[in-house]
Amino acid sequence: MPSSPPAPSHPWRTRPELPFLLFLAAVLLGYLGLLVALVAANILTVSPAQALEVLRNPDIIHSIRLTFFTCTATAALSVLIATPIGYLLSRFRFPGRMLIDTLLDIPILLPPLVIGLSLLILFNRITPSSCCLVLGGTLALATLVGWLAVLPRSAPPAPAILTTLGLVSLTLLATAWFTRHSTASLETLAGDRFGLPMTFQPLGIVLAQLPVAAAFAIRTLRTTFDQISPRYEAVALTLGCNRGQAFTRVVLPLAGRGVLAAGTLAWARALGEFGPVLVFAGATRGRTEVLATSVFLEINIGNLPGAAAISLMMILLAVAVLLLVRLFAGNPPPSGQ
Amino acid sequence: MNPPILEIRHLDLQLGGFRLADFNLEVAGGECVALMGPSGCGKTTLLETICGLHRPAAGTIHLAGRDITHLPPGTRGIGLVPQDIALFPSLTVAEQLAFGPKLHRWPPGETRERVLSLAKALDLTSLLGRGLHGLSGGEARRVALGRALALRPRLLCLDEALSGLDETLHGEILAVIRDAIRREGVTALHVTHSSAEAAAIADRVVRMQARVPDAGERDLTANPPNGRWRHRSSGPPPGPEVGRC
Repeated sequence: MPSSPPAPSHPWRTRPELPFLLFLAAVLLGYLGLLVALVAANILTVSPAQALEVLRNPDIIHSIRLTFFTCTATAALSVLIATPIGYLLSRFRFPGRMLIDTLLDIPILLPPLVIGLSLLILFNRITPSSCCLVLGGTLALATLVGWLAVLPRSAPPAPAILTTLGLVSLTLLATAWFTRHSTASLETLAGDRFGLPMTFQPLGIVLAQLPVAAAFAIRTLRTTFDQISPRYEAVALTLGCNRGQAFTRVVLPLAGRGVLAAGTLAWARALGEFGPVLVFAGATRGRTEVLATSVFLEINIGNLPGAAAISLMMILLAVAVLLLVRLFAGNPPPSGQ
Repeated sequence: MNPPILEIRHLDLQLGGFRLADFNLEVAGGECVALMGPSGCGKTTLLETICGLHRPAAGTIHLAGRDITHLPPGTRGIGLVPQDIALFPSLTVAEQLAFGPKLHRWPPGETRERVLSLAKALDLTSLLGRGLHGLSGGEARRVALGRALALRPRLLCLDEALSGLDETLHGEILAVIRDAIRREGVTALHVTHSSAEAAAIADRVVRMQARVPDAGERDLTANPPNGRWRHRSSGPPPGPEVGRC
């Protein structure tokens, strides 16, 4: 029997593979080179003395503080929103699920300025009554379509979800009816009634950062829940848990790393958010200035080294955050035994 | 023969493209029944439906004379050992065993006593304080069995609980399961692909089979997971009769 030829100790060194592998390496090195050049350009533009001077600037110190505060608040809110939504999309099949899934991705695809402009219009041109009417009407329509689709099959847990949707839509429509004579904008309501002014205010920064950050957090958490075997919940249910207990006692501890990864990713996205922040919260020095807008303001006043120093700081933060995400998301949650 | 403790009558279940139609089964008290059949024929789905994890479109499930068809899973008195064991990674072995009793608000003393007695019976006493890391496949299965038995269920559902074990461990765990079933006096449904395993553990084998396609209908047996299946289980068992365990 003829013996098979010995396998090469390093298959990638065999001649027929070499051109292809060289091509792959060349593309990788070329792109990495571009990224390194981008960082190097910033490093070469700013001297250590200039970087220190920027860091001592009270406006920049305020910007750094505000950035940390707003990014952390946005990340926390994103995780709070993304955890139930990610779980719902991962575990339940219901009418309109694909449509909702698509809608949740819209903030990622929209031009950032559009989000800022939409927030500006929503808070300053639209009355709460109109808002409730549109939201309530849309939800009521979705509920009706859902019931028509589900009724013949009566597949659980769709009826529970649809009942909740129906109640929410009725509440919104009732609110629209009772506030129909009010001409105050959402901004007036938020500022005067609740003491939480948004437009061109620090709180507005969080709202401007939220849509995109939450969209990324939802993606991350949905993937995390997809990777956790539903059998954990099945066993927990047979042992006496209800759905909520199975989620909090069994699934959530398993999703811990995913939750941290989603939070970190949301934090990173919030750090880089510029367009919506500029349009909705403005870029007032010492008031609504975050690091992303600091770069813009420094360029506007012709201080290129200052802008480069802040850019470097953001690059370092982004690298640190990405390393954390890799660390958290590196080991997927157990899918079974 | 003992009177039936589990009675399934005309069970219809539809999950996506999968259909289980007019399924009937009776299991006597203390009996261990092996459910066998080709992959994708719905053995696991049937087990999960009995456990209350899927809602049947029609039919009834009675356990110990009580209609449990629409009861929540946790109130049915059924223990489940799923195929991938699914031990909760954040808990110690003792916490896994006490999970059910604590949820059902057993008095702490009774819970502790139950955990200790299960640990002794399943040879887990030295592992009680351990987390899941470092448990062998056999130890993990013993913990899963203990967790399922902790609430003293009327019915124990084992879904290919021995898959993936090597031959020595397979025999060892099989003996542990057999002893536990006998000691607890629990009725058991055991899903398996192995005739030898069924013969070793079960009093009776129920074979679930693919529906014979209607005239003009595509032969779905070539692509079972997407097909519609009908199951036959009532009447004389078509499979080999096996001795009592």
